[in-house]
Amino acid sequence: MNWDVVIGLEVHAQLQTASKLFSSAPNAAGATPNETASAVELGLPGTLPVPNAEAIRLALRFGAAIDAALATETIFARKNYFYPDLPKGYQISQLDAPIVGRGSLSVVMANGATKAIGITRAHLEEDAGKSVHDAYSDRTAIDLNRAGTPLLEIVSEPELHSAQEAVAYLRELHNLVRTLEICDGNMNEGSLRCDANVSLKPAGSEVLGTRTEIKNLNSFRFLERAITYEIERQRLVLEGGGVVVQETRLYDPDRDETRPMRSKEEAEDYRYFPDPDLLPILLTADDHAAARASLPELPAAKRARYETDLGLTASEARLLASERSTAAYFEAALAAGAAPKGVANWLSGEIAAQLNRSGETLDAFPIAPAQLAGLLARIDDGTLSSKLAKTVFERMLETREDADVIIEREGLKQVSDSGALEALVAEVIEANPGQVEQYRAGKGKVLGFFVGQLMKASGGKANPQQLNALLKAALGEPGEG
Amino acid sequence: MSLDTLSAMRRALEAGETTAVALTEQALAAAEAKADLNAFLHLDPTQARAAAEAADARRQAGEGTALTGIPLAVKDIFCSEGDPTTAASRMLANWRAPYDATAVARLKDAGAVLLGKLNLDEFAMGASGENSAFGPTLNPWDRTRVPGGSSSGSAAAVAAGIVPATLGTDTGGSIRQPAAFCGLTGLKPTYGRVSRWGMIAFASSLDQGGALAWSAEDVAEVFSVIGGHDPRDATSAPGTVAPAGALLSAPVAGLTLGVPEAFFEAVDSALQGPLAEARAQFEALGVRLKAIELPFAGDAVPAYYVLAPAEASTNLSRYDGVRFGHRCENPVDLDDLYRRSRGEGFGPEVKRRILTGTYALSVGYYDAYYRQAQRVRRRILESFTEAFQSVDALFLPTTPTTAFKLGEKRNDPIALYEEDRFTIPANLAGLPALSLPVGFSNGLPVGGQLLAPHFEEGRILSLAHAFQQVTDHHQQRPTAGGVA
Repeated sequence: MNWDVVIGLEVHAQLQTASKLFSSAPNAAGATPNETASAVELGLPGTLPVPNAEAIRLALRFGAAIDAALATETIFARKNYFYPDLPKGYQISQLDAPIVGRGSLSVVMANGATKAIGITRAHLEEDAGKSVHDAYSDRTAIDLNRAGTPLLEIVSEPELHSAQEAVAYLRELHNLVRTLEICDGNMNEGSLRCDANVSLKPAGSEVLGTRTEIKNLNSFRFLERAITYEIERQRLVLEGGGVVVQETRLYDPDRDETRPMRSKEEAEDYRYFPDPDLLPILLTADDHAAARASLPELPAAKRARYETDLGLTASEARLLASERSTAAYFEAALAAGAAPKGVANWLSGEIAAQLNRSGETLDAFPIAPAQLAGLLARIDDGTLSSKLAKTVFERMLETREDADVIIEREGLKQVSDSGALEALVAEVIEANPGQVEQYRAGKGKVLGFFVGQLMKASGGKANPQQLNALLKAALGEPGEG
Repeated sequence: MSLDTLSAMRRALEAGETTAVALTEQALAAAEAKADLNAFLHLDPTQARAAAEAADARRQAGEGTALTGIPLAVKDIFCSEGDPTTAASRMLANWRAPYDATAVARLKDAGAVLLGKLNLDEFAMGASGENSAFGPTLNPWDRTRVPGGSSSGSAAAVAAGIVPATLGTDTGGSIRQPAAFCGLTGLKPTYGRVSRWGMIAFASSLDQGGALAWSAEDVAEVFSVIGGHDPRDATSAPGTVAPAGALLSAPVAGLTLGVPEAFFEAVDSALQGPLAEARAQFEALGVRLKAIELPFAGDAVPAYYVLAPAEASTNLSRYDGVRFGHRCENPVDLDDLYRRSRGEGFGPEVKRRILTGTYALSVGYYDAYYRQAQRVRRRILESFTEAFQSVDALFLPTTPTTAFKLGEKRNDPIALYEEDRFTIPANLAGLPALSLPVGFSNGLPVGGQLLAPHFEEGRILSLAHAFQQVTDHHQQRPTAGGVA
């Protein structure tokens, strides 16, 4: 039987504000537990929340970027439940009147095609603290540093149909929030977290199947593997005549499987109601306009510009524009005078290979974009052959010096001085009479031997094109044999 | 006669006839002598004496304000730094606030001498003072009667002559009803006028801090200090509050006072005489009376007893035994920790309201209760707005009866809820409202209530002040033994 896979993602992005969502406490991971939890985060009696205007601006910027309906009046609500790391016994979130309404995100799928994925809504809420189970042997500790961190919960429509599409969507979203500078996107540290709703239905059916929700997927790889596992699990259940149970599941990367979370009572009643400590927030047309004006060039526009204005191929444009640091590096190198094609080649070639080897990210790459531009300039003006350029590149990785400094100190210029090369050619011809004879007897391949000898004699610095020309002039055409 | 009003103390301080230290000693002595009232939950003589000395120095340096050196006390629902702050609950019996409520900080900045923390109904839930985990407060006019609630200690401490003014809070009448029962003037300002920062929440959309004192003049002095915008409360109204003098000096002759007859007909017959005299008195001041109708009367109490418990049920979720407050002994697991800590920490009325409120917010009941009550609330606000098209302020009774006997309504929560039926509408509409003494019935004070449009505290304070210039109800005092 064929099945349609239906996936929707709920992504929590921690917003990069100076202070927490409802207090002036720093929005930073404290060095020691509970260091950045103020009286408000502790939920002390008599404390009150005051909304962070910057968080509201960042949420609106996101809404503007996905071309969403922006709220004119947005309401905070209390979501009530008891949990030890939820200090007030409720989380301040949004239910009705979220700050960002329906919008859509243009996602480049694995096959290169672009697909618009609907975003149902995005709303602001405060993060909870953490329960720490391994600090003491006989008890659980509570760390409220994370409590009150502003989160933007971004809910997609169930319009993703494979694990690969879900990953492509998350990558696009990840790149977007980083490009907008609203979230650092650090998935290891939980700055961007993802829950996936997965269901199967018979191919072509209009009726959605029962879904499961997989919680807290904190890497692209885990998202892909968890969904892949879950699709297969549900398929086997359905094809074995069983029914999928609506439940929350957890992905275990060690065993590469999902399993039901500690059972909660069916459909917990959160008793949402408007938070009486917070009046509805009115947002004006000016607020909306300011959000739109604050938008940087978005990834989709970048891709188009790279292709049309810079003459890159579609796949080059995708590669460069789909990751914020890559695009930033690329554009900085261009600003320093490098040609787009050359930078694109190096980013997809040597630099990508180096990052692969070192496991580092481009943000911490030892060669600055302007330094790369400096290196490329030396290729363009003939100072460096491509082989020499790689040597210089490797030195730059080690010393972080400019290409010119390294070229000068280590004498890595290619030799293009005809006089010097002619002398060298004469020397090598004289030293190898046998090979000259073979060449003249028609063995054209022997030319390669001479080039090798000459490169060796020049310490790799001879200009290869020039060398070929001089050799041919000295040896004449190979004989007829 | 000893100095027992804020204005008299202020004049004596300014004239150099007394000192803050002397007034503070007098207040501490009175508090000791009248400990049987159970008005104070926490008295802090050391802190009070230090503040008094600082106040005298400040006055000597010529930097005093109206409140500098005046002994005051606050309801124990206001946080005060380093002090026990209990909300009269076993849940917070051992909790000390690490910060000052904004209202408390403003009193301290003004140089007031804070004597300590006053008894109340637990978490401000009650109308008699009997719901305190630390015992009921007695009414200084008759120690067999309740002083009203929830600001029971706030009213008793003034009526007993311990301090000349106190802070209370009013969610459904908790300043005005005890003021009425104790012969005082009590102001519940417009919602948002006095910051709720540091005021332990009962029902956030209704809670409002205010003052109790003998006269409108004295209430105005305190209100002008504690009121005004506070950025730490997102529901705080913008703007500052005028100085007391300005709040009291609006002309009253020519104003139109709306009198909802149905309210006057609904009070105990013993109150009708003083209330009728008060109406005549206002007319004598040049105020025009106009009979009006407020058609929501029957709906206010039911709406309130859905909304206030709904908010309370989640405001009180933070008392879970995890971070602060009462924690049960040896919990076996998390559920046990929650159940027993809350079961042991909260009193019966608080539990009743948490249960009611939880129910009202539950799936399947939300529309029928919470949403419906919000609709009623909007209707009430609209009918006030309409009334204020034709009248400048309203006059109505504060309570249906005079102070009742201790224990009289203890087992009848609904009867106790009905106590608030004249005061609740102002909370639902967020209007400023003031109770003032209008006479006595069988030796017990009778209160009348003035309501004005939002932010027009000055209008009702001026009306009350004009009334008090020509009457002496606010100058009556209980005799030492009880009924005057």
